[in-house]
Amino acid sequence: MSAAFRQKLPGRIVLLLVFGFLYLPIAVLVLLSFNASGLPTSWSGFSTRWYGALLNNTDILRAAWNTLVVAVFATLISTVLGTLLALGMETRRRKSSGLEALAFAPMVIPDIVLAVALLTFFSRLSVAMGLHTIVVSHVIFDLAFVCSVVRARLKHFDFSIVEASRDLGASGWTTFWRITFPVLLPAIVAGGLLAFTLSVDEFIIAFFTAGTGRASMTLPMQIYSMIRFGITPEINALATLVMGVSATALLLSQWLNREQHVP
Amino acid sequence: MTEPTSPAPILRIEGVAKTFGPVTAVDGVSLDIRENEFFALLGPSGCGKTTLLRMLAGFESPSAGRILLDGNDISPLPPEKRPLNLMFQSYALFPHMTVRQNLSYGLEMERLAKAEIIRRVDETMAMTDLTPFAGRKPDQLSGGQKQRVALARALVKRPKVLLLDEPLGALDKKLREKMQLELKRMQHEAGITFVIVTHDQEEALVMADRMAILRDGRLLQVGAPEEIYERPADRFVANFIGVMNFVEGKVGADGIFEAEGLRLALVDAKPGPATLAVRPENVAVGPPGERLAGTVADIAYHGLDRVLHVQTAAAGTPLQVRVPAGTATWRIGDALSLKIDPAKCRVFSGDTP
Amino acid sequence: MSFNATRPTLLAAPGVAWLVAFMVAPCLLVLSYAFFERGVWGGVEYTFTLENFARVADPLYAKIFLNSARIALTASVLAILIAYPAAYAISRAPRMTQPVLLFFAVLPFWSNYLIRTYAWIVLLNREGLVNNLLRKLGYTGEPLSMLYTEGAVITGLVYNYLPFVILAIYSVLSRLNPELMEASRDLGAGPVRTFLRVTLPLTLPGVAAGGVFVFVLSIGNFVTPALLGGGRFQMVGNLVYDQFLTANDWPFGAALGAALIATMIVLLLVQARATAHASGERAGEARE
Repeated sequence: MSAAFRQKLPGRIVLLLVFGFLYLPIAVLVLLSFNASGLPTSWSGFSTRWYGALLNNTDILRAAWNTLVVAVFATLISTVLGTLLALGMETRRRKSSGLEALAFAPMVIPDIVLAVALLTFFSRLSVAMGLHTIVVSHVIFDLAFVCSVVRARLKHFDFSIVEASRDLGASGWTTFWRITFPVLLPAIVAGGLLAFTLSVDEFIIAFFTAGTGRASMTLPMQIYSMIRFGITPEINALATLVMGVSATALLLSQWLNREQHVP
Repeated sequence: MTEPTSPAPILRIEGVAKTFGPVTAVDGVSLDIRENEFFALLGPSGCGKTTLLRMLAGFESPSAGRILLDGNDISPLPPEKRPLNLMFQSYALFPHMTVRQNLSYGLEMERLAKAEIIRRVDETMAMTDLTPFAGRKPDQLSGGQKQRVALARALVKRPKVLLLDEPLGALDKKLREKMQLELKRMQHEAGITFVIVTHDQEEALVMADRMAILRDGRLLQVGAPEEIYERPADRFVANFIGVMNFVEGKVGADGIFEAEGLRLALVDAKPGPATLAVRPENVAVGPPGERLAGTVADIAYHGLDRVLHVQTAAAGTPLQVRVPAGTATWRIGDALSLKIDPAKCRVFSGDTP
Repeated sequence: MSFNATRPTLLAAPGVAWLVAFMVAPCLLVLSYAFFERGVWGGVEYTFTLENFARVADPLYAKIFLNSARIALTASVLAILIAYPAAYAISRAPRMTQPVLLFFAVLPFWSNYLIRTYAWIVLLNREGLVNNLLRKLGYTGEPLSMLYTEGAVITGLVYNYLPFVILAIYSVLSRLNPELMEASRDLGAGPVRTFLRVTLPLTLPGVAAGGVFVFVLSIGNFVTPALLGGGRFQMVGNLVYDQFLTANDWPFGAALGAALIATMIVLLLVQARATAHASGERAGEARE
């Protein structure tokens, strides 16, 4: 027993340190968000006043609403497009490296480059920028992530069940809705949740494609400007709420799509 | 169960047990393995044979008992300090190394001189016909070639005992039969004690000098293949090795075994309920009326001989009888009688498992 | 659905169209700006020039580029050094707890990047938690200025991307046949030599994937240097940002962006080559 314990000890210490590194900063934020004084210097009692202050901050509320609108539309569009793209790519007889690169690029392209490209593009075409241009831009990387999640599921998909369904007399359309779609649904929903999370969190591209004025500010843009202006205790509360929502979405997406890990 | 140990054993397993939480994988096994023998650990899956082998190699430590190599207890030693080598079931060839590098690896660990390593690797590759593949990586080899590399990688270390975990399991039937003889030849040439784990009784019978039968972590019988085939210690061994017919009945005070339609005089059988066990080749067939009456239920053709499945009143399942292919032609439904050779029978009295 | 020749193309078409219209076209457009002169009032003067690329190589900007590369490289190396033991420990944990540990290692990755970066401002600033702690421990000197340093930027980058590196290395480690390590022990190598000669070489693809990921995202990063470097540490990402939003020199910004993308493509190609090589070997092992 003690030999086994000694063998496991280094691993446990490593995990303790790494998880400490990962969670300490987050824990500090969450803790501070409930600190009455709001200052990191001292604990002056538990309070939810900073959450109350959030609810009275119309800028933040509007930004939150904008974020929700952007994320919902971007998620809906990207889930449909990403799923279709995944189906198209996985059912092709020959893999096309150009297509692979195209579907992979949005996940690795430096976001600042995509952001300035979209800004250039929209201003060259004289498109008035606002929430709609953010949606268009977010769909780009959202659909790539949906596509990769659905493709991961399709890789384990047994296409002979499609043939079996056709053999049993179902049409192509019926087969899709009765066989393919239900099997893929968990992956599609997981991909959608992922897209939603990414969209809610995205800052730079939204920043460049939102146009001028406060009307189309999203939550991350709001957070960025609050941070630039200095530390206010409200950010801690806002951060805690945003992290809570993201964690829930990820938990849900992992639970729905248990068979594989989503990076 | 064990016969008197003639030469000093190279490997002595003394009351070794292994428990994983509430599960007992190996339950007090004692065994002597002699120098230069080809020894098989045989049993159905889950019988503890692999766990026992992993304890010999040093990947599991016994919960009780000792393992002695040349009289020294090696149980506390880590795997890398034991002069035994294991050939893994998955072969576990290093995929990033060539065949030569795989073979050299173990010798480099002994910090041998470069020239010596090259000499010994060349020698071993020649013995295992691997010389043409020296520069290949494992994914460029066939299943049989990989198997030989795995074997060569362990042999080149010149271990005192070579452990082989289901070495032929991944090969197809034809190749397996060829490799059984190859392994025997290499064992002979290398002069190393081989301990092989297998679930294939035929393989064990063909290759082993002696074998041990395990079941549920317990040792049931140890002996030479003929001994175990002809004198199985209990019903399980009798059933596990080869084909065996069983007839339930009882032995009277006069030493005569009785079942429906069958009376057989036996030597030293305990009175009481008993099971008669007889191999298909020890049953002779005659015209109806002679001894145990039956009808042919099925016939299986095996090339040199046929196996008749004969339904009798004595046993629920048809008895298997081996007859030479050329002799009288029987058809399904034919009536006949069976003659059992009492000298070649085993009787398990009712109280043995 | 039947999978004939045209169906896949039709299915992929909308997504491909979206990516071509809103990713490929804008990127090509901005890239083309790099070949023109900047307008007097911002914007673009359509006169062909290669001067923007020459300016990227100008010592002033090349220094920023190299500085970014150095910071990104440091962050990659540190992330790998922290992630490898963590991934190794997770892969050695009981089967049932591995997914749980992995989930919690990756969870922070999906919370807001700005917020994760902001957390380090709270920890590192002069009135922040670390300085407070030091004072409580008896430190009486001037509060340390840890924020707005290169160290803060690197810490932020490592912190933000660490989960991905753990995931990348773990996924390779968990696919490794444990009998390979046992075979090495059996052949006489102790734990250390087994790690160096078997485990490490076979997990290099994961290390490379994680390292390249951190490098690519770090060198073009804007948020971390802006918030934790306080603008005092210019990296390429900030430079691009400035050209478009402050200096109004779009052609030069475009040239910088092109240089970033070129760096990224080269690295990804190298990594893909390395991974394809190694996975071919692994596939051979799995075929048994």
